[in-house]
Amino acid sequence: MINTGDTAWVLTSAALVLLMTPGLALFYGGMVRSKSVLNMMMMSFGALALISVLWVLYGYSIAFGDDLGAGLVGDPTQYLGLKGLMEDVTSEAGGLPPMAFVAFQAVFAIITVALISGAIADRAKFGTWMIFAGIWATVVYFPIAHWVFDFSLDDHVGGWIANTLVAIDFAGGTAVHINAGAAGLALALVLGKRRGFGKEAMRPHNLPLVMLGAGLLWFGWFGFNAGSALAANNLAAVAWVNTLVATAAAALGWLATEKVRDGHATSLGAASGVVAGLVAITPACSALSPVGSIVLGAVAGSLCALAVGLKYRFGYDDSLDVVGVHLVGGLVGTIGVGFLATAAAPAGVDGLFYGGGVDQLWRQAVGAFAVLAVSFVATYAIGLVLQRTVGFRIDEEDEITGVDLVTHAESGYDLHSTSGTRSGAGASTLNAGQPANERKVTA
Amino acid sequence: MKLVTAVIKPHKWEEVREALETFGVTGMTVSEVNGYGRQKGHTEVYRGAEYDIALVPKIRIEIVVDDPDADDVVGIVVKSAQTGRIGDGKVWVVPVDSVVRVRTGDRDEAAL
Repeated sequence: MINTGDTAWVLTSAALVLLMTPGLALFYGGMVRSKSVLNMMMMSFGALALISVLWVLYGYSIAFGDDLGAGLVGDPTQYLGLKGLMEDVTSEAGGLPPMAFVAFQAVFAIITVALISGAIADRAKFGTWMIFAGIWATVVYFPIAHWVFDFSLDDHVGGWIANTLVAIDFAGGTAVHINAGAAGLALALVLGKRRGFGKEAMRPHNLPLVMLGAGLLWFGWFGFNAGSALAANNLAAVAWVNTLVATAAAALGWLATEKVRDGHATSLGAASGVVAGLVAITPACSALSPVGSIVLGAVAGSLCALAVGLKYRFGYDDSLDVVGVHLVGGLVGTIGVGFLATAAAPAGVDGLFYGGGVDQLWRQAVGAFAVLAVSFVATYAIGLVLQRTVGFRIDEEDEITGVDLVTHAESGYDLHSTSGTRSGAGASTLNAGQPANERKVTA
Repeated sequence: MKLVTAVIKPHKWEEVREALETFGVTGMTVSEVNGYGRQKGHTEVYRGAEYDIALVPKIRIEIVVDDPDADDVVGIVVKSAQTGRIGDGKVWVVPVDSVVRVRTGDRDEAAL
């Protein structure tokens, strides 16, 4: 029998998680300079468009098809084009229609790809980004989602982190955040630093957009975490409260850290602390008590506030701190489970601080570093091949002009009463004799 | 005729405008500008990265006046824009050869 309550909650959660990607576009878009805002947001919207299609065609099958061996990858042909999943088989799937689960997991794939784009702000060719997004999702995300999210059930065999290692990653600290963070680091290294990195003031051009984006991310994240219960039940409610309170504590932790270090509590710090806390509680929200979540959030907020400075010390231009927030926050959350898990929480496991010893801790660490290493190496390789073939980075002159204009032929803001005339209307000689589609626009 | 240009602190603009209106100045051109003088800029911190922001927002007022009024207008602007703290701005005066009112074609003093 279909469980209407569970189904309603999972479909609602899927829509909440979908909203996170436009939220991320605002969060990232406000942080770049005004000449790059559209390109930044387009990398998220591009991921929304492309990964949705790939997910339906073969992504779901790679992630949730029967395992092909060693828990590494699902059978890409089993659910090719989602075949066989339109039938109502709710009795087998625990009251949830298979398509509800397909929908919920689709939006995870989308946002994971979109998260990476923050590392390469201002300087990536949009066409190459789209090629990268498709290859990366296929080669890296879909298999890793299989490792982490595909639980064995009856005669279905799932992935190795979920079933063999038995690391706790409730909603994707490894598959989503460590994965995207390590990929961001690799791409930042492949593309290199922006012109003027570390010298010019690269201020966020619109902090209210960043705050709005962080708010939408927090809102959507309740679907991400509480929805991962895949049911409208006690587990979902516990995950919800832990997601609220860890995030709040992380915002406080970030603000306190920068108040001590820099002398000011900033709005960008509050928005960043929110995201750091959300990242950290993602793998942990089923395994911690609410008080444990406060501790985890505060640690994540403070550590991430310190970690965003690493790029200046080591000289990599992870423009919007995908490493400092998602990789570090993901590690704090995933490994934090090994310390802070309590058997009183729904996951039912004690961590080191609750007398459980190091058994869960090493499982968490192995899962975290396996994903980190595989994602970094695979992403670096994909990025390098694309850079050497089609080119990943825009020309130096185009970077100075601004990626929005040269890549998309658009400006983010028109705040002036005079701007020009319609091409071909006669008054403008700017592009005379040159049809619009032949003007210099780099993909 | 003289062109009086004043660069002042943005929050003093309303006082300056009122004072000039009371004196009888009927119009002016105002723009939001950025610049720096002895005040220099300020620092901003984003995710721990400290930036020296050289340019400070200012308001630039431009008024074309009859020769005899120039000194009074300068005096009014200085008096009403002054806070006594660094960064109050500058006022300067340059001669103007001719002025035309676009609507009527009136020239010079008649166009003011």
